[in-house]
Amino acid sequence: MQNEVVLSMRGIDKVFPGVKALQNVDFTLRKGEIHALMGENGAGKSTLIKVLTGVYTKDAGTITIEDTEVAIRSPQDAQKAGISTVYQEITLCPNLTVAENMFIGRGNYVTVNWKDMERKATEILDNLGIPARAKQQLGSCSLAVQQMVAIARAVDMECKVLILDEPTSSLDDKEVAMLFGLMRDLKQRGVGIIFVTHFLEQVYEVSDRITVLRNGELVGEYEIENLPQVELVAKMMGKELEELSDLVRDDSEKEDTSEPVYQAQALSSAACTNPFDFAIRKGEVNGFTGLLGSGRSESVRAIFAADRVTGGNVTVDGKNVKIQKPIQAMKQGIGYLPEDRKDDGIIADLSVRDNIILALQVMKGFFRPFSQAEAEAFADEYIKALEIKTASSETPIKSLSGGNQQKVILARWLLTHPKYLILDEPTRGIDVGTKTEIQRLVRKLAEEGMSVTFISSEIEEMLRTCSRLIVMRDRHIVGELRGQELTQSNVMRTIAGGVD
Amino acid sequence: MEKTAQKTKFSWSKYSQLLLPLLSLSLIILFNLFRDPSFFSVAITENNAGNTVLTGNLISILNGASELAVLAMGMTLVTAACGGQDISVGALAAIAGSMFVKILRSGEITLGTIALAFVCACAIAIVFGTFNGTLVSVFKIQPMIATLVLYTCGRSIAYWLNGGATPTVESPLINAIGSFIPGIPVPTPILIVIICGIIFALIFKFTTLGLFTQTVGINQRAARLNGINTTFIKLLSFMILGVCCAVAGCIGVSRLGLINHETLLLDVEMDTILAVAIGGNALGGGKFKVSSSVLGAYTIQALTTTLYAMKVPSTDVKAYKAIVIILIVVIGSPVVKAFFSKLWAKLKAGKQTGKQVKEAA
Repeated sequence: MQNEVVLSMRGIDKVFPGVKALQNVDFTLRKGEIHALMGENGAGKSTLIKVLTGVYTKDAGTITIEDTEVAIRSPQDAQKAGISTVYQEITLCPNLTVAENMFIGRGNYVTVNWKDMERKATEILDNLGIPARAKQQLGSCSLAVQQMVAIARAVDMECKVLILDEPTSSLDDKEVAMLFGLMRDLKQRGVGIIFVTHFLEQVYEVSDRITVLRNGELVGEYEIENLPQVELVAKMMGKELEELSDLVRDDSEKEDTSEPVYQAQALSSAACTNPFDFAIRKGEVNGFTGLLGSGRSESVRAIFAADRVTGGNVTVDGKNVKIQKPIQAMKQGIGYLPEDRKDDGIIADLSVRDNIILALQVMKGFFRPFSQAEAEAFADEYIKALEIKTASSETPIKSLSGGNQQKVILARWLLTHPKYLILDEPTRGIDVGTKTEIQRLVRKLAEEGMSVTFISSEIEEMLRTCSRLIVMRDRHIVGELRGQELTQSNVMRTIAGGVD
Repeated sequence: MEKTAQKTKFSWSKYSQLLLPLLSLSLIILFNLFRDPSFFSVAITENNAGNTVLTGNLISILNGASELAVLAMGMTLVTAACGGQDISVGALAAIAGSMFVKILRSGEITLGTIALAFVCACAIAIVFGTFNGTLVSVFKIQPMIATLVLYTCGRSIAYWLNGGATPTVESPLINAIGSFIPGIPVPTPILIVIICGIIFALIFKFTTLGLFTQTVGINQRAARLNGINTTFIKLLSFMILGVCCAVAGCIGVSRLGLINHETLLLDVEMDTILAVAIGGNALGGGKFKVSSSVLGAYTIQALTTTLYAMKVPSTDVKAYKAIVIILIVVIGSPVVKAFFSKLWAKLKAGKQTGKQVKEAA
């Protein structure tokens, strides 16, 4: 039974305008196994899941369930084929009872036998050992139990393949243990489980097998025993451990004893509750690295006060300052290019010009607007300097490509002439040419005396750009690498927690 | 040469929002042109007070839409910043008007007391505007729900202020505000709208209100990360709308020389929101154009005046109005817009292939 294949995907392709999201990807799921699907941002995990659940239609390849090829064109098709998904956000109705949630939208729509339904629900809940009552309102259960109810619903629909997409991201340790218990139980019953998560420890706790994707391509499928954590990290990031072990940076940084431009002690925010210390010197490029969800973005957001700051001492140029709001950070000469360009960066409907002058205009003040000519001059200067491809400065920023939008946001902050610029994933989702341009720009800015914090999921990029790396895991700083220590294998070892 | 071509292209996109209200307004005007060209006649006559004044349907449209136009200016800002509408503008105008009357009745009516009364009306309107704004910006309540409070109780407050059913203020000065200033043939409310328009233009020129309001309306998170005080911008939009309510209330009171708390600017909030919508402003917030909303206000008034000129019974006017409004809103809907832009692209492509075929021949 262990080796009976329940789902097999072969040669899956999926193309979006301009991007090959999946390229010839194979995936095999056996009966009664927990199979972790791993990959960094943009690796293609969610695309693969969405192809499997009928949210997207594949462009090429076959999907076979128990030896019969199936065509999945809609979520309904997927459900009929026996594929169920439990998403990160719970998609049930909190104001209905547990039983109602388990049976809603199934079978006979017009008449409901309430008693029968409750009896069945109780049976399933007992059977799976889920601590909830059928008549209880779903909203009154804990998140973990809600998640388990969603799973119970899926299981009762006789699913053969159960997809759990980041099920643990909002659960605490105890709840995670509860969920894992249920997952192991289902495994015993022969359900094939696809487990998507970014928590490495959890993968090693419950999974039998791991499939790693990178840049829309299959890296490989591994037995969990044969893939130590550090190798998994290497595979996700795209380098074999051996080949990268001794790539030493040639420009070893000399020890700098000058006063830091920015220094924080025990800084914490509402989003990152673990206080941390941090300092950066003039002309230094440092980086925060770690896997997705490790807290690297939350840390830099705390520096800029993008999330509510809850504690810590901050000095800028040796002077004690209070940074509780973004505007205070800006007044201290700090700029912040956010990770989420669409939601935190661009003002979609406004022109490129307005987007460029925005931060400087805010700093200049409400009653001192730039004249049309001044704004035009600023915009033209930076459109030229950063080679932003736009029809004109009047074009709405939303009609620009991702890379050019990013350059506009970069221009916005460069225009404020910051002492310290924070760039969170400035190169994500943009073409290779623009990527190198941005890296070169960062080095140039640092030579001119600007301090820069640079974050990227691509480790090579970080090594190329930064002279000091702060490594984070599970929302804690676990190491700091500089000079000779800056090698890929070192970084990965630190990320994976020194496991060898 | 190329540069000038580009320049004209810019101005097109800049003013494209005016297209819908202009189109609707011109349709109504065209309709009247065919129906009865005399609709447009403007005459110079002498009114009861012995002033030489302009009369005619056009003048009465411009005059009658004054309160609506002023309110639409403020409502545009609130809509843009908060992504929702204030439904208490009628009630707030009644409160401000009531304050105006109360101050005027407390002494002799002179230019000075009128100014004082107006300032007090503005002050009380700003206080209530701030109340609305606080509910929206600090407590993050949906604007329509937040302003429902004042919508419900506003007219009662207006009544309490004066404590009488319909207190009157009789003075040639008040009459001059509500109808004509001796020697000027244009109705005063029209002049007030022009002054308000100029003040708004100056505010946009000398502050960053326009840019900040749009930024907050389009992407509040990004606005905050760029150091904008989003709470303040939202609050400010409600305070400015408050002043607009005060102006509208004072015009309304001056027209009649009395205040009826129950009927002053009754149901004006829905027309105001409609004016903003016809003006092509996104009701979900973001980009806006105040002039476009003002055109929307005149469109609504033109429609009403046309219907009355056609001798449609007043009981039926609202039904006919609704029909035209459905047409305007559907024409302005994204679906229809997308259809026309597709059609336009096809026509263009057709022209080009036509050319190529000709050239090939």
